[in-house]
Amino acid sequence: MTAPAVRAENVVKHFGDVKALDGVSLTFEPGMIYGLLGPNGAGKTTLIRVLTTLLRPDSGSAEVAGVDVLANPTGARRRLGLAGQSAAVDEFLTGYENLEMVGRLYGLGRAEAKRRANDVLERLTLSDASARQVKTYSGGMRRRLDLGASMVGRPDVLFLDEPTTGIDPASRIDIWGLITDLVASGTTILMTTQYLEEVDQLATRIGVIDHGVMIAEGTSDDLKNQIGGAIIELMVRAGNRERVMETLRSSTSQEPTYDPVRDLITLPAPGGTADLFCVVRALDAIDITPLAIDVHKPTLDDAFLALTADQEVPA
Amino acid sequence: MTTATLPEAAISGDAHRISLIAGLRDTSVIVRRNMVRNVRLPQLLIFATIQPVLFLLLFNYVFGGSIGLSLGGAYGGKYINYLLPGMLVQTAMFSSMQTAIGLTEDLGNGVIDRFRSLPIARSAVLAGRTSADMVRTLFVVSLLTIVGYIVGFRTADGLPKLAIGLIFCVLFGFALSWVMAFVGLAVKTPEAANSAAFLPLFPLMFASSIFVPVDTLPSWMQGFAENQPVTVLADTMRGYVLGQEFLSTSPRSLTTLSLFSMFWIVVILVIAVPLAVRKYRRTVA
Repeated sequence: MTAPAVRAENVVKHFGDVKALDGVSLTFEPGMIYGLLGPNGAGKTTLIRVLTTLLRPDSGSAEVAGVDVLANPTGARRRLGLAGQSAAVDEFLTGYENLEMVGRLYGLGRAEAKRRANDVLERLTLSDASARQVKTYSGGMRRRLDLGASMVGRPDVLFLDEPTTGIDPASRIDIWGLITDLVASGTTILMTTQYLEEVDQLATRIGVIDHGVMIAEGTSDDLKNQIGGAIIELMVRAGNRERVMETLRSSTSQEPTYDPVRDLITLPAPGGTADLFCVVRALDAIDITPLAIDVHKPTLDDAFLALTADQEVPA
Repeated sequence: MTTATLPEAAISGDAHRISLIAGLRDTSVIVRRNMVRNVRLPQLLIFATIQPVLFLLLFNYVFGGSIGLSLGGAYGGKYINYLLPGMLVQTAMFSSMQTAIGLTEDLGNGVIDRFRSLPIARSAVLAGRTSADMVRTLFVVSLLTIVGYIVGFRTADGLPKLAIGLIFCVLFGFALSWVMAFVGLAVKTPEAANSAAFLPLFPLMFASSIFVPVDTLPSWMQGFAENQPVTVLADTMRGYVLGQEFLSTSPRSLTTLSLFSMFWIVVILVIAVPLAVRKYRRTVA
């Protein structure tokens, strides 16, 4: 019997008239990366702040690694690590001093704090820069160091609020590598991001939050399937269009539509590739070769846009 | 997918509170961090020092003539003897403003959020900041005393008494640092902290005996001026560094002045510390 890594129930937080969180519930098991998606102002950061004891919710309950964050914030802090949106490292300390300080504040002895700081610096490939003041670091190095500071205490659950926002693509790949390494070594991660490919690549489960409400939850595939299956798109010569539409209708029992803007015929393909073969055979039978044909699977972008569009509320 | 499990034993054996020893250790870690910043950001120290030195020289040479005359033969006829003890208190007051500004900087770049997510005592971050600032204040007032000596200041009763006076001065700055910690956490930006901090300091500074004896102030102001902490501290300083020459003109004895100073320091701490810690617990960047 193990406790969930995070369990939040019906968390409500208002700032004046603004409902930042309007009854969010979220539970997931240890050992995974949970990706929290949402547009700006959706409530992602507020939820992270509640879970990391920075903010008391108006109502609801929350646990991290089985510890109630409201009743026992200190206990919860021993189990969690936080890397916020800004790189919260001290410019005038060296990389090593920053990590050693955080280690000491987690209650580690001098020797252990030193050992862990050096370990983490090595993992971050920052060993060469460890004796330099952070003000000389690049943006990507600062973010890596900030992530490192949240790792020094070896937390059970690591909260990363937009860990790759505002850094160059190479540094982003580095941070992705670190995140996957951490999970492989047993850390559970809750991360927020605005980059869909990021959660698509990294996250085991995804939650979509908008206007303070969790509007969808599941694996990446779950979310994609929620907006329907694949679509076949094909392009043919204008003279053949009517015959092709007729053939598609009779051979697949789906209704094709013509998109004059892109000059494409689109056809729902719940069977995916199998439907594509069916279409190819039918067209071959009437001796027409399409100029282009493609099975288009819905992306997470499609899913995200469809999900958040439903929620659009006039400001 | 492999599922990692959380150590159950670690979860059950949880201490809800931070022990006093751990709290002191956390504080010392943060003191060290802030002291390192003071050394590596020498502008902070340089400006913290240049400003009071300039003040001291300007006041001494600009007003020294006329005020010195009105002091008659007292204090060796030298305004600097009257001025320096007051300036030391003023310097400690200005120095406390750095607490507000430093905290707003930590708030702005997320350092406070990080500290608040760590399992440390609630007061450690503020105690670490105010203690480090106290050390800086000690450095600055010591330097100012040396500059005072160069331009003619002399103590009447020797160095040990001067040292006691400086301790009062630094403790007063420490108490004000907690007020400034509250101000900084409340206003959240360095610019606002700068203006907000000046507001209470200015009237206290001028309606006091820092620059001129209280009996030269308008009579309606005298009741306030005589008893407010800045005058009490400045007069205590004078009692320690100028001795009998000052005390013979003062309505209060050195013992009374010392106790009154301690009273003010304790009152400020008793009010400001809980307010600041409460604010800290609730402040999110």
